[in-house]
Amino acid sequence: MSEDTALDDVEVEEAPEDEIVVLAQKWKKKRGSLIMALHELQGRLGYVPRESAMKLGREMGIPLANIYEVLTFYNYFKLESPGKYIISVCTGTACHIKGSPKLLHGIENELGIKEGESTPDGEYHLQGVRCLGCCGLAPLASVNGKVYGKQDVTDAHGLLENVKRDEPMHVAAESNDAE
Amino acid sequence: MKPEELEVKAAAELAKQQAMDVRLVCCSSTGCQSSGAADIVARIKADITERGLAGKVQVGGTGCMGLCSKGPLVRMTCKGHEDVLFSEMTPDLASRLVEEVVAPVANGEEIHDPVGPLGAHVVDLHAAFFAMQERVVLSNNGHADPEKLADYLVHGGYQGLRKALTMSAEEICQEVLASGLRGRGGAGYPTGLKWDFAHRMQSDVKYVICNGDEGDPGAFMDRSVLEGDPHAVLEGMMIAARAMNATNGVFYIRAEYPLAVDRIEKAIRQARQAGLVGRNILNSGWSFDFDVRLGAGAFVCGEETALIASVEGKLGTPRPRPPFPSVKGLWDKPSCVNNVETLANVPRILLNGAEWFAAKGTEKSKGTKVFALTGKIAHNGLVEVPMGITIREIVETIGGGTGTDRKVKGVQTGGPSGGMIPESQFDTPISYEHLQQLGSMMGSGGLIVIDDHDSVVELARFYLDFCVDESCGKCAPCRIGGTQMLHLLDKIVAGDGTEEDIANIRMIAQAMQKGSLCALGQTAPTPVLSALKHFPSEFTERLKQPAAAEA
Repeated sequence: MSEDTALDDVEVEEAPEDEIVVLAQKWKKKRGSLIMALHELQGRLGYVPRESAMKLGREMGIPLANIYEVLTFYNYFKLESPGKYIISVCTGTACHIKGSPKLLHGIENELGIKEGESTPDGEYHLQGVRCLGCCGLAPLASVNGKVYGKQDVTDAHGLLENVKRDEPMHVAAESNDAE
Repeated sequence: MKPEELEVKAAAELAKQQAMDVRLVCCSSTGCQSSGAADIVARIKADITERGLAGKVQVGGTGCMGLCSKGPLVRMTCKGHEDVLFSEMTPDLASRLVEEVVAPVANGEEIHDPVGPLGAHVVDLHAAFFAMQERVVLSNNGHADPEKLADYLVHGGYQGLRKALTMSAEEICQEVLASGLRGRGGAGYPTGLKWDFAHRMQSDVKYVICNGDEGDPGAFMDRSVLEGDPHAVLEGMMIAARAMNATNGVFYIRAEYPLAVDRIEKAIRQARQAGLVGRNILNSGWSFDFDVRLGAGAFVCGEETALIASVEGKLGTPRPRPPFPSVKGLWDKPSCVNNVETLANVPRILLNGAEWFAAKGTEKSKGTKVFALTGKIAHNGLVEVPMGITIREIVETIGGGTGTDRKVKGVQTGGPSGGMIPESQFDTPISYEHLQQLGSMMGSGGLIVIDDHDSVVELARFYLDFCVDESCGKCAPCRIGGTQMLHLLDKIVAGDGTEEDIANIRMIAQAMQKGSLCALGQTAPTPVLSALKHFPSEFTERLKQPAAAEA
């Protein structure tokens, strides 16, 4: 997975044209690599904007319908800009048993948004995610890839304060297996 | 590289390690990384360099050592002393360790008590949590650095492949069949038999695929193996390839596991550079290479035909079998999909022999199994136990019970496809057959403990909700059946359920089991059915009371 500094800039609407051309050329040579190309695109932009998907389709010779079929089938892909802080509350079994629904509701109340939504100012995006594989640290949330383990599920406010203090940056391989 | 060079490299690395006065390894898996392992390694390295001890002290990473909830973990090997494991380390504690223990030892001072200053952080390596385990797949964790090929060679790395290169495909299949190794992904199909089917197919191109799409929520065995011992999985795949004359290997790994992807890619690069992957492997004239593909968050892609569709860049939906992938798989070529843990067992079987492996476990379930022990349990983490150990030994002796004043109610094995096992059945040995008899399944290794405050009905609802959400929608029994069953369970959870609803749940479950296209739909009712079987009263207590129903 490639990292890119463009990730820090949530204003970016579309990757520079030649970037998509290069990306398409790279993956076009390998059979069945649409998903890999989309991973790389999302890794750069944080999501897959429609314009970029169209451009990628033209360059790779894949109909837009096929691209959207894949984008909407797999949970990992995002169609909208996720915001500055992507808060992913793990809803896997281990976290669930340790009260992650309560933590999720607490954050919903703190931010005044529902799971799957972003705050109007674009600062926060809240999502429930499938198992992040750190079950030993349950219950946990990850923000832009930084894991906050062993959380007090009754203290959503405290978690958000920690996030503001840490200002975690976006990571290309952020786990965002949104439900 | 010539085969003999493997030993030369291993010996050189071993000599280097033995020349060190102190060796410190910090867990570098996702769990401990999340709790700050990288800062600790950086601090130790800085302290060591500052004191001019770089030639006497080795610092590195290692795979998951198991006690994930007590991370970050650091293991210290000090000349003349037993190994010590430190838990919940911080950079400052690491500095103290260097100052008060590591530096004096490296400077030749006599140290009587290597744990003294950090006594409160010492984990007893003789405690039941470690003593009751038997590590085959995880044997390198805590010892070898997953990012160093030489470290893997020290621990017998690529010797299994070397042996396989001198054997015929039939001999390899026979060896693995004789070992009794069965698929660790859940279903438990004999691995040697699976390979033999693929071997019998005539084709110029064949694929061996590693299923690293660990989607079971609450399970992290495969992640830990991929992160902790990537070369073992590579080696296992290459041996599998020899057994079926496969020409290409494909890793399919969850995108949510960036570190696992990174480690595998690094391992492939290292092995290619050393002549262990690519053309003319170990001067044998045989060529083989790998490709890495990422999953994208679809649980159904754990099913082999859906996984293959996803590797081809398409929607991850399953298709009817036959034809099985061993006949018509990736790009319509014979393919074999194996689980991560299965593959990691293979080099050890080739190296130590089928008899060695078959001596472990029960009559029909051989070897060991890695479990992710989570939920209401004192020792949260990753364990590897011999098959045949009882559930009680895992939960109570190794896991230490709930660790609170609450009582253990049961465990869920097999995740969303498995079932709930009540505490009264805990003396059952772990084996594919026994777990099935209890209405659950081995599954990939998630073992989630619940206590007497947890509702079995709500947990069953949680799993069903997961399966409904993850259903690909291709076949009606899974798509419609799951949704309808979830409605009925919601009704029961809300206190509006009736006896008739329970009867309907059973009826839908039967239809899903018989009519669904793949294992996701066929097993989706299992958590509900097993909960109904073992905890019927929890359902009936929640039903609408007759008096209230009339009103």
